[in-house]
Amino acid sequence: MRPRDRAPATAGAAAGRARGQAATSAERLQRLLALVPYVVSRKAVGLADTAAAFGLSERELVDDLNLLWCVELRDPDPYCPIDLSYEGGEIVVSQAESIGRPLRLAVDEASALLVALRMLADVPGLEDRSALSRLIAKLETAAGAAAAPSAQVAVQVDKPTGDAAIARIREALTRKQRVHLSYYVPGRDEATERDVDPMRLLVVDGRAYLEGWCRRAEGVRLFRLDRILGIDVLDVPASVPEEAQPVDVDQGLFRPSADDVHVTLEVSAAGRWVAEYYPCESAAELPDGWLRIRLRTPDTRWVRRLALRLGEDGRIIAPEELRAHIRDDAAAALSAYANG
Amino acid sequence: MSRRKTERLLSLVVCLLSTRRYLTAEQIRQAVAGYPEQPEAFKRMFERDKEELRELGIPLETGPLSPTDGEDVGYRVERQAYELPELRLEPDEAAVLGLAARVWRSAELAGAAAGALLKLRAAGIDTDEPGAGTDVRQGIEPRLATTEPAFGPLWQAVRDRRPVTFAYRAAGRSEPQTRELEPWGVVNRHGRWYVAGRDRGRDAVRVFRLSRIEGDVRFSGRPGSVTVPPGADVREVVRTWDSAPAQEHTAVLRIRAGAGYGLRRYATAAPGRPDAPGQPDAPGDVDPSPIDPWDTLTVPYSDTGRFADHVASFGADVVVADPPDLRDAVIRRLKGVLA
Repeated sequence: MRPRDRAPATAGAAAGRARGQAATSAERLQRLLALVPYVVSRKAVGLADTAAAFGLSERELVDDLNLLWCVELRDPDPYCPIDLSYEGGEIVVSQAESIGRPLRLAVDEASALLVALRMLADVPGLEDRSALSRLIAKLETAAGAAAAPSAQVAVQVDKPTGDAAIARIREALTRKQRVHLSYYVPGRDEATERDVDPMRLLVVDGRAYLEGWCRRAEGVRLFRLDRILGIDVLDVPASVPEEAQPVDVDQGLFRPSADDVHVTLEVSAAGRWVAEYYPCESAAELPDGWLRIRLRTPDTRWVRRLALRLGEDGRIIAPEELRAHIRDDAAAALSAYANG
Repeated sequence: MSRRKTERLLSLVVCLLSTRRYLTAEQIRQAVAGYPEQPEAFKRMFERDKEELRELGIPLETGPLSPTDGEDVGYRVERQAYELPELRLEPDEAAVLGLAARVWRSAELAGAAAGALLKLRAAGIDTDEPGAGTDVRQGIEPRLATTEPAFGPLWQAVRDRRPVTFAYRAAGRSEPQTRELEPWGVVNRHGRWYVAGRDRGRDAVRVFRLSRIEGDVRFSGRPGSVTVPPGADVREVVRTWDSAPAQEHTAVLRIRAGAGYGLRRYATAAPGRPDAPGQPDAPGDVDPSPIDPWDTLTVPYSDTGRFADHVASFGADVVVADPPDLRDAVIRRLKGVLA
C-alpha cells in the first residue's frame, strides 16, 4: 500500500529480513559488500557470531563466503580477487581486493541515524550530551554530502514544564529509587497522588513518558511528563516486581483490551480533529463532511468530556447509556448558568 | 534470488573498483563472467546492472576513454567515492548509536537505519558491547512512528527536491482541495508530522499536517527542481504556524473544589487575592470561614472559541463568571449537546 523508496527499502529489507526469506540479488550483494569489511576490520571472527550479526543461519553464511571466494575476473588474466577461509569456524579474509571497506552511507541511511540522534539530543535532562554531539559530528563527516538532506527532517521533543521533573526521573532511574508523583489525568480531570517504581523513560513520537510500576494501580503505567504536576524522589529503593512487563513500544503505546467499551460518535467537519487525536478503530465519511468514528476505550469519562467540548459538532450514537450520561452532564452544567 | 546474478553484480563492482581508468562496456563484458555474447542482450543486461548498482548507492562514474576521444564513454567506480571514510567511535558513542538505530524500528526509515548500522558494523564498530552504555542509554527508549502513508513520498520529495501534489483536507473543511507544494522539510511536533514549503497555488509558505493528506502524494516535477531558500528553517516555520497566539484575555472561572485541574494548572491568581497561587488552599492554611465548595480563579486564554471548548469539557465543575462572550460560548456548546 505505502509507496516505498526502492534503494533504502532494499537496504533495510536485507538487514532486517527474517531468516528464511529469500533476498533479492541486490540485497544479497549489499550484504556481501558489508560481510567482507566486517571480517577484515576484525581480523578474524567466528562463523556463529558473524551469522548472528547478519541475521543469517551458519549455512547461509557459508554460502555467502563460498560465493565471495568464487568471484573471478577474467581480464586480462583470470584471477580471484577475494581469498578467504573459514576453517575451524573462524573466518579470515586474506585478500579483499577493492571491497575491504564498506560502502558509504546512502542519504536515507545517514538521515535515519542523524534525525534520530538529533531527536535524542533534544530530549531534556540528558546528562551525557557530549557522546551525542561527538557522534553526530563524526557521522556528518563520514557521510559527507549524504548528510545534508537530514537537516530537512526534524523532530521536536515536547518539553515538560521545567526540566526539573525529567532530571528527577533520570536521577531516580539511575539510583533505582521510588518516586512520588502528583499526576494529572485529563480524561477524569483528576490530580492523582501515587508512588511509582521507575522502569524506563520512553520518548515516543516526540513525547516523553515515564514507564513505571504504579503501586496504587499495581501495574505498569505510562505517565506523560507534561502531565506530572509534581515529583519527589523518595528515600526508598524501587522494587519493580518480576511480573512487570515493559510496554512493547513497537506495538504502539495504547492497545485495546477485551474489557473496552465500544463507542460510536459522529463529528462535523469542525470536529474531524477527533479522528486524528484519538486512536480510532474506524472513521467513515458521512454527507456534509461529517465523520462516523468508532473507537474503544477502557474508560468513557473522557468521551463524556469530549462530547461537551464538541457541542453541536458532535453526537454520540452508542452506547445508549453514554448518551444519557452526556445529556445529564450538559443539563447539570447549564443549570449552573440558569441559577447564576 | 539468482546466485548467478549476485555473482555477476559482485564481480562487476570489484572490476569497476579495481580500475583507475575508465573501462568500455566491451572490456567489462570480457572481464566479468556471466554476460551474454549477443550484443543486444548484453546491452540490456548491462544497463539493468548499472541501474541496480546506482540504486544501492554505488557511485558509478562515466567518463571519456581518452582526452581526445569524446565519443565513447567508459565506466569506473572511484575508491574514494565508494568507501566509507575511516570512523572510530568511543564506547559511549557506540552505545548512543545503538540507541539511535532503534528509534525507527517499525517506521518508514527503519530499513535505512538498519542498513546504516550494517555498514558501520562492517567498518568495525560494535554497537552492542555490554557495559558500554553510559548515562544516555540507561533506561531510555526512544521511538518514532510514521503511520501516515504520505511520509514516505514526502521524505523522498524533500530529499530529491521535487515538487508534489496531493489532496488536502484543511481543519474544519468538508471537502479536500488539491495543493501543489515545493516541500522544504518534514517536521514532527507534538507527535504529529508536518510538511512545510512553498504552496505554488497560493505562492506562499504553508504547513500541512500529514494525517490530513488524502490519497496519494504525486511527484509533479523533476528531482532537483525545488530550491529551498537559503536560511529557511522548517522547524521554525512549523513552530510559528502551530504556536498558540498570545494569551490576551483572562477569564474569571468558578471551579468546584477538587476538580478542574486542567484549568487550575494555568490559573494566574484568584481575584482579590493577588498573592494567592492558582491552586487550592494548602491544608495548613488557616481559614476560619465555612468551607466554600467553589474556588474562583483567573485563567488567561487566547482564543474564545477554543477556550470555550475546553471550559465546556469540565461540565458542571466549572462555571464562567466573566467575560460574557466566553460565558455565552460555553452555554452555546452545552445547548448544542442537548439539541
